[in-house]
Amino acid sequence: MIEFNPLDLLNTLPILVLVSWACALLMVNVFVPRQGKGLMVLLTALGLAVTLILSIFQAGTQTEAFKGMLAIDDFTVYMNVFILASSLVALAISHDYMQRMGLARGEYYVLMLFSVAGMMLMASAADLIVVFLALELLSIPLYVLSAFARPQVESEEAGLKYFLLGAFASGFLVYGIALVYGATGQTNLIQIFAAAEAGVETPAFLLVGAGLILVGLGFKVAAAPFHMWTPDVYQGAPTTVTAFMAVGAKAGGFAALLRVFIAAFPAISVDLAPVLAAVAAATLVIGNVVAVAQSNIKRLFAYSSISHAGFILMAFVAFGQDGLFEDTIASVLFYLVTFAIASFGSWAIVIMLERKEGRGLDLQDYAGLGRKYPALALAMAVFMFSFTGVPPTLGFAAKLFVFRVVIEGGYYWLAIVGVVTSVVSAYYYLRLIIIMYMQDGDPQVRGETWLNLATAATAVATVLLFFFSTPLFEWAAEAGFLWF
Amino acid sequence: MQFELFDLAPLLVILPVIGLLVNILIGDRVGERGIGWIASLAAGLTFVVSLLLFFALQGHHEGATVPFLEWIRIGEFNVGWNFRVDTLSNTMMLVVSGVGTLIHIYAAGYMHYDVRYKGDPHSYKRFFIYLNLFIAAMMILVSADNYLMLFVGWEGVGLCSFLLIGFWFTKNPDGTDGHSNSNAAKKAFIANRVGDFGFLMGMFTMFWAFGSLNFGDVLGHGAVEHVSEGTILAITLFFLLGVAGKSAQIPLYVWLPDAMAGPTPVSALIHAATMVTAGVYLVARSAPLFHASHTAELFVMFTGAGTALFAATIAVAQNDIKKVLAYSTVSQLGFMVAAVGMGAFVAGMFHLVTHAFFKALLFLGSGSVILAVERGHHPLEGDGGHDDHHEDEHHDDDHHEVFDPQDMRNMGGLRKIIPTTYRVYLIGSLALAGIPIFAGFFSKDEILADAFLESQPVYWILTVAAFLTAFYMGRQVLMVFFGKPRTHAAEEAKESPPSMTIPLMILAFLSIFGGLINIPVIHPLTDWIEHTLGHDLVHATKFNWQVAIVSTLLALIAIGISWLIYGRKEIDASQPDPLQRALGPIFIGMRNKWYVDEIYGFLIIRPYERLSSFLAHQVDWTFWHDWFHDSGIAAGFRGLANFLANPVDLGVIDGIANGLARATKGSASALRLLQTGFVRNYALMVFLGVVAILSFLIFR
Repeated sequence: MIEFNPLDLLNTLPILVLVSWACALLMVNVFVPRQGKGLMVLLTALGLAVTLILSIFQAGTQTEAFKGMLAIDDFTVYMNVFILASSLVALAISHDYMQRMGLARGEYYVLMLFSVAGMMLMASAADLIVVFLALELLSIPLYVLSAFARPQVESEEAGLKYFLLGAFASGFLVYGIALVYGATGQTNLIQIFAAAEAGVETPAFLLVGAGLILVGLGFKVAAAPFHMWTPDVYQGAPTTVTAFMAVGAKAGGFAALLRVFIAAFPAISVDLAPVLAAVAAATLVIGNVVAVAQSNIKRLFAYSSISHAGFILMAFVAFGQDGLFEDTIASVLFYLVTFAIASFGSWAIVIMLERKEGRGLDLQDYAGLGRKYPALALAMAVFMFSFTGVPPTLGFAAKLFVFRVVIEGGYYWLAIVGVVTSVVSAYYYLRLIIIMYMQDGDPQVRGETWLNLATAATAVATVLLFFFSTPLFEWAAEAGFLWF
Repeated sequence: MQFELFDLAPLLVILPVIGLLVNILIGDRVGERGIGWIASLAAGLTFVVSLLLFFALQGHHEGATVPFLEWIRIGEFNVGWNFRVDTLSNTMMLVVSGVGTLIHIYAAGYMHYDVRYKGDPHSYKRFFIYLNLFIAAMMILVSADNYLMLFVGWEGVGLCSFLLIGFWFTKNPDGTDGHSNSNAAKKAFIANRVGDFGFLMGMFTMFWAFGSLNFGDVLGHGAVEHVSEGTILAITLFFLLGVAGKSAQIPLYVWLPDAMAGPTPVSALIHAATMVTAGVYLVARSAPLFHASHTAELFVMFTGAGTALFAATIAVAQNDIKKVLAYSTVSQLGFMVAAVGMGAFVAGMFHLVTHAFFKALLFLGSGSVILAVERGHHPLEGDGGHDDHHEDEHHDDDHHEVFDPQDMRNMGGLRKIIPTTYRVYLIGSLALAGIPIFAGFFSKDEILADAFLESQPVYWILTVAAFLTAFYMGRQVLMVFFGKPRTHAAEEAKESPPSMTIPLMILAFLSIFGGLINIPVIHPLTDWIEHTLGHDLVHATKFNWQVAIVSTLLALIAIGISWLIYGRKEIDASQPDPLQRALGPIFIGMRNKWYVDEIYGFLIIRPYERLSSFLAHQVDWTFWHDWFHDSGIAAGFRGLANFLANPVDLGVIDGIANGLARATKGSASALRLLQTGFVRNYALMVFLGVVAILSFLIFR
């Protein structure tokens, strides 16, 4: 007998509003003429903004919904605000590009909204079933969006590859959930935690289940060796989709990883830690090393985003140690925000330089940017410095906090791997700066108000927020879980 | 309420700094008038703050220390930016900012007419920025609560002095192109460096002996008793060297007459009224130290007295109107130093104040005279006359080589031509000569009365100096204002604008009535300063009729003699000075400043130059550079560098670095090959990853 609690609807209001809004927009889109898709952008932005405000009003709530299937807590609110704000930025840099590339179709915005709803659901999922549901809600619109530039072969290929491999990875996730259920008899995170603490008859099932869940979610955040789809999909998908995906999918994936591992698996953290460390190290090495050989900016940023997934994973390794999980959560959240800001900024610049049929995406197309568009080049340089982790940019603080958690957890070798690969990363980030400033060229740039605004805002934030990194970190540290 | 007023003290420095910053930022846009207004306003507001502090002190004679910033804290040693407001420092604040404000206003008019200026707004702006900077530095000096902060101000005013003496650094004093002005600036700076060395040594010794540089710790009650008299003597003699530099005493006074190369308002502000009295203030401030060593007092007293007489003799024979005043300033500073040396701190400070009034008046008056003659010689725009400006300049340059507008022999009869300047100048001269009721009479007489009690030789030296003072001032007034104009320029002289004459009148008023601040019987200044220096060090000097009558009579006789020589008959500019016939070689010595510059040149400067030339050419260049560097160091270094560069750096270090880079690039290319683009390969990688993880988890 399922009891219905009306309060649950209130607590999940943001997601409900967003999903209903998306459905409604799908209808509205039919009546909007092709030339008038600006209206769709406005309506989408309105939906996101309303949801954002509703989410902010949830601050301070500490409750469950739908019989413990969802958790509404500070962590949820933090992630929701972050995801929704990111989506607004993604929207801001989308419109002009979609028109320019002849892709202005209303479904784009609706799909984006569904995916956002999936990300939000990920952040509040307190049950493995919901995690799976949310993952699919997040992913399927992204598969479609990746292929949005049809009939371009690269885009279709990207969509198909992403779908096939995503389905493959989802299979592992489901299998992992099944094994965990088999071991504990539970799918609810907090009950899995309790069962694991009490001891299970077949610990191997639990361990393998957790490992497979790691694979499924690791695929979403592009951790090695499950990262191989990333460069192809990032390159083939429309650039605005790439920007959205790079931040959004990662945010959703890491939200679920944090929630599942910290809530459900502290008991087996000792066994999971070496796996996490190995995955983090592999991700760091592969992301940073292969990036060196790239000449296409989208592929370069794809590997860069893989490497940042590695940095964030570093913070996970020590999640089960006493008193460290709070620092883990805070440093992951901080790094995600840092990565999102610099990432959106640099993608916005890529969008400005990109022309039809994939031209303007070579690194050499950035030659001479420093002379011709000094402000733009300066902003790009700021993002590159932030990615590298050079003060005074936010990236420095983010890396500092992550390294601190790793050192506190006692994983010195991992910290060394992180530092060395950071040095390697300086090579390809600085190379872009050198190309921009020291090589002659005649870059073609299409500026547009929203793109310029997004670039300027993210560049300023990257530098300015650095000076407030400690308060921001403490703020992130308050985004705790319901059960702690 | 009262204590809140004390908290204003940092504004003394902040306001002039704001003034100069505003002028730096917007000076080019507001024009001459605006620049002058901003600078004068900054100085004026500083004076207002000084006045407010004065009123604050009325209720709290003990004063206050206003902490502003912590500066240095090393263990027990602690030096801060603390402002000390007490009756002594406030006296200096009022004089500096008050006289300073008047001179700012005067300078706004004067600089416009300066022949060297020629309508260059940047110079105008630069001048007032320096003036405000000077006020700020001087305020740091007088409001310091420790010797180190005082030294910051001390160096600051020295810098401003250097900048302003050499203000027209591409010119000679007569306006032609040359390096005289910048050489004068350098001379002042170097002479002051010698003095600063003394000051620094004094501070170091003080730190060693007292462990502190704060006034409270060093000058506080009983502090000196814990230090041996020899140490105190060392500190005070080092300080005396500093005083000799800054306050132009023997043997370092030589820079001050040359400093007259600066624009006349600078001479009045820095080199007569304020900066040069810093040494007197230093001694007065350090009164407990100087009082503790009788030997030190003797040194200071005789240095001052000797300077007073020596400089007065030189002043007698000068023909340059500003040079007379310059030597007079040196002489009067000698009076002050002698006074503080004999323990008459109040008398010294009293003379400092009145001297600031009448010497500023005289300098500004002389500026007015020079400008008037200048404009008579060469009418400026707006004075009427010439039409073609270009031709005008040519005419101007030709004449500057032969015509010196500062030479008193080129003047005469200006009494009727520029009557306002004449009247105020006469007042200043009478005050300086020490004629009763004028300010100078009271202050000089108090010094003489103290000297009469303290030391007869010093009393007689100072009396002779006072006699000479009256004589050379009589000579100057007679040569400049009386008789008939001796040149065309003097005939055509023009009175100065009100912005110049009004400050002159105010200073004239102060020169008449300034003596009231320490009028005998009541002694207001004595009571005022006693609050700071204490009862032991300050005593009211009884008015001594004998001294007063002698000095007044001598002054009148001196003026009479000067009239006999210079006033009775016309002076012919081409003839030698009438006094030369009477004094012969002594006059030649006086005219040539007793050849002190030449002696210094022979004894110090030329040997120094020869030594530095030897060191530079022989030791440094031939031996050190050519031989030792090239054959010794350079060859050895080259060998070592080659070794480090080729086998070590290229071979080992670059090998490792390049190896890393090659390995990275190589593995990048290799790993890139895995990225085949085929989904089946990607899925295989995922699968292999899963197998690896699960194997670890199961078989760990």
